[in-house]
Amino acid sequence: MNIPDNLYYSKDHEWLLIEADNGTVGITAHAAEQLGDITFVELPEIGAKIGQGDELAVVESIKAASDIFAPAGGTVKEINTELDNAPEKINSDPYGEGWICKISAVDEAELNELMTAEQYAAFLEEKD
Amino acid sequence: MKLIYEKSVPGRRGVQLPDCSVPPHKARIPSSLRREKSAVLPEVSELDVVRHYTNLSRKNFSIDTNFYPLGSCTMKYNPKVCESVAKNEGFSRLHPLLPQLRNGGILTQGALKVLYNSERFFAEITGMAEMTLQPMAGAHGELTGVMLIAAYHKSKGNNKKRILIPDSAHGTNPASATIAGYSVTTIPSNKDGVMDFEAFKKELTDDVAGVMLTAPNTLGLFNSHVTEICKLVHEIDGLVYYDGANLNALVGRVRPGDLGFDVVHLNLHKTFATPHGGGGPGAGAVGVIDKLRKFLPVSRIEKRDDGTYALNYNAEDSIGYISAFYGNFGIILRAYAYLLMIGADGLREVSDHAVLSANYIRVKLKEFYDLPYDRICMHECVFSASRQMKNGIHALDIAKGLIDLGFHPPTIYFPLIVKEAMMIEPTETESKAELDAFIEAMKKIAQEASDNPEELHNAPISTPVGRLDEVAAVREMNLSAN
Amino acid sequence: MSRASYVPFVESERQELLKEIGVNSIDELFSDVPREFQVKSLNIPKGKSEIEVERRIKALSRQNRTDLICFLGGGFYDHYTPAAIDAILSRGEFLTAYTPYQPEVAQGTLQAAFEFQSGICRLTEMEVANASLYDGGTAIYEAAMMAARVTRRNKILVDCGVNPIYRKMLESYTSNLDMQFECVSTNGGTVNREKFLKKLDNSVAGIVIQNPNFFGCIDDLTDIIDAAHNVGALAVMSVYPISLGILKTPGAMGADIVVGEGQSLGLPLSFGGPYVGFMATRKKYVRKMPGRIVGITRDDQNRKGFVLTLQAREQHIRREKATSNICSNENLCALASAIYLSLMGKEGLKEVAELCADNASYAYYKLLEIPNVSRAFKSTFFNEFCIKLPCDAKDIIGELIDKGFAAGFPVGRYYEGMENVALISVTEMRTKEEIDNLAAALESVIRDW
Repeated sequence: MNIPDNLYYSKDHEWLLIEADNGTVGITAHAAEQLGDITFVELPEIGAKIGQGDELAVVESIKAASDIFAPAGGTVKEINTELDNAPEKINSDPYGEGWICKISAVDEAELNELMTAEQYAAFLEEKD
Repeated sequence: MKLIYEKSVPGRRGVQLPDCSVPPHKARIPSSLRREKSAVLPEVSELDVVRHYTNLSRKNFSIDTNFYPLGSCTMKYNPKVCESVAKNEGFSRLHPLLPQLRNGGILTQGALKVLYNSERFFAEITGMAEMTLQPMAGAHGELTGVMLIAAYHKSKGNNKKRILIPDSAHGTNPASATIAGYSVTTIPSNKDGVMDFEAFKKELTDDVAGVMLTAPNTLGLFNSHVTEICKLVHEIDGLVYYDGANLNALVGRVRPGDLGFDVVHLNLHKTFATPHGGGGPGAGAVGVIDKLRKFLPVSRIEKRDDGTYALNYNAEDSIGYISAFYGNFGIILRAYAYLLMIGADGLREVSDHAVLSANYIRVKLKEFYDLPYDRICMHECVFSASRQMKNGIHALDIAKGLIDLGFHPPTIYFPLIVKEAMMIEPTETESKAELDAFIEAMKKIAQEASDNPEELHNAPISTPVGRLDEVAAVREMNLSAN
Repeated sequence: MSRASYVPFVESERQELLKEIGVNSIDELFSDVPREFQVKSLNIPKGKSEIEVERRIKALSRQNRTDLICFLGGGFYDHYTPAAIDAILSRGEFLTAYTPYQPEVAQGTLQAAFEFQSGICRLTEMEVANASLYDGGTAIYEAAMMAARVTRRNKILVDCGVNPIYRKMLESYTSNLDMQFECVSTNGGTVNREKFLKKLDNSVAGIVIQNPNFFGCIDDLTDIIDAAHNVGALAVMSVYPISLGILKTPGAMGADIVVGEGQSLGLPLSFGGPYVGFMATRKKYVRKMPGRIVGITRDDQNRKGFVLTLQAREQHIRREKATSNICSNENLCALASAIYLSLMGKEGLKEVAELCADNASYAYYKLLEIPNVSRAFKSTFFNEFCIKLPCDAKDIIGELIDKGFAAGFPVGRYYEGMENVALISVTEMRTKEEIDNLAAALESVIRDW
């Protein structure tokens, strides 16, 4: 399973890339695989203020609809509108073109709640 | 097969209408209020239509043509006499507003009597004080039931916000509770397949308005804690809701009211043998205990001292109107005919044989499929395809394989708490020969799953279409004729 | 063994099954249920034979006055249902099939539902329709909730010309929710523009309007729909599908969600149900729409097929976050409507609508010739109209029952101050003779009052 080292991970299988105090959010390869072929992503609104753990987006496949929770709080400043036409990018490139949104002003303290790649790998193993 | 629209020939007609019998009129509807172009409906003959839809019907499995062991759906035989009596013109041509004309109740005594008697029958069967027949489906009954629970708490000034629902419940339970204004707390099942009693007790705090239970549950198991659960909920002035989806296991033998339930819904299209119609119309009667009577929706049917029936629209505490009139009357009439046919003794035979047949399938197949909860079941049993998964065969493949052998598949992937679930409900109306044929088919598939799994992946091959690309359906969203 | 429980087991088979299961009696299978909760008997009559049941139900049916000549409408109409509908609906393959969750063995049901959706889209000039809802009333409620979901607002303005029973349903369903309803009274039988414009602001999720409205009046509602759009609200329009054979469509007026009662499309009156609700909308809102939707796709051999689609909106997947709790719908009734639209076809539906309008227009002027009968509104109507009587309409309609007519509906039942107004509907089923007879009967009742 692909679990990049440079990201933070939540127990709900979201990843977070931190650049300065900006964060990019997506779902992990494991989550994408569990959901199967993704058919639709309900993106958040730009400017929405969200707290850590709040509902951020919804990812739909044929047999499931899954809430995506914010791995960290902040303000939504960019959304991946490419997903409107090509939601399958989450399956094909979950850590790249399949990103969901970018949030600004992430509180560093909240990162302590998240896992490192190594911890997430162990977390997945334990779940199995 | 082509769409009926693609069979259209400009100028062809299906129905001949009478000539206009009235003289030319003074005021025509002005063109500003008229549509610009005619609706592009098919231009076909009556035979075109009859042949089109008859041929379409032949692409369906149905109870009349195939065994349909669909768990939690109670696909029993739908007696033909119930259909024919519902077509009586004295009912089919009856206008629902007629009772509202002066002395109107008198104009519809037959229909009101059917409703009144049906209410009495269902109240007796469920052990409830009073019924409403207005809900138009099971989920509609659930919503009505939760609205009744809300009305009760409102009247008592109770500030309750949550409904507890086990994780094995049908999706309609949490959906209905939510749109009735409650938040839902999901209670996990324990290793025996029933709601975890300890987890339940932990969540049962003062802010709980009620609990929604399916009995037997979606694993076909009867929760032996059920009466205790009712008692505990009542202690905090909560109410217990009985989802009647599985009443076929208990009908004629056990009454939810006696167990301590406060609100009950029935699916007349399951337990009471009205046809499913490919997804509806159904009917969802709701019963309540005495203290909830006054909240029932308007109108109420009453029997007067002189033996006539009347509608009462004055119900101060009522939750109001949940149906425009009296519910799906035509369906209620069919269920009424069914009840007249089978009577009390027949009802008990229903549950007896529904349970007998399910257990027969359970013991005959457990050698071939994993049975996560290996104990006596009620009207349905749940297997898992986990053993076949080792060869790459999933519940879906088994379902599709059954189709090629002439059987409708069981319910699969539900309940969610069983991996690769296959939920089998034979009902009481299938003969031993039919059950045996199904058992043989399941064995054959188990064999094939180990000998020749690739073949199963290609199933079904005997149907008009093979497995369809559901992902493409969502992405392309081709939802109406161009 | 009773005669008719439809259980096919004989005693020896029953014993065989018990033996295989390894129990001695059926009672043992119920051992999880405490003994004290198992009833000995029920107070329900003994089972009867088919002959007796038929006889009894026939006798009950005779206690219903379906012999009255029907001028009663109010949203539910005495239209003709071609014989072919019942012939097709009686086929067990349609009648006794389940919800098409296994598409390979349900292509008949699925294609028919797709054709229903298509018919509704073409009739209303909308982009997408669902496979049915329970009825016209619940469809309005679902549409109001959908408008709130789309706009994330919670105020709904409802025109008082919307069927009063449906307005009551709307109120009941939302009484525990954070939703706000305001009824806007009509003016001269149609939408009160001034009042609507005053109430429209950016807190409004949607407006609910009906055409023809409960009084039978018809209108071009484009301006009011535009006004709703200007504040970001959605326009929900309830329609009478037969009228769309000739009337300006909700799509052409700009409506966002179109709903209605489909009873007029080939379903018997049947004392209030089963009927069929329909809902159509614009493609961009389809994911917010409740109910089942059928779509086209292909199998692995590239053969065209139909499936239930966009199911992630629905309760069996989304549970408490579903767009609605609806599961069973009114599929067989939707099938009846699809067959009706096919039989009537492009010209037939127009002709039915014209016949209704012509008959109603004749009846209107005929009744207005009666002394002391006057028009209630000036507005144009389709097949239903209001007239003002010299005394309580309830009493006059009551008298007309004795003369063999269900002459109309007393509007005062739902509208205060309109006690003298009768709502009279005329369909293609009524003849000139019946209309003339109604006029004569009404004239004599009023004369003798």
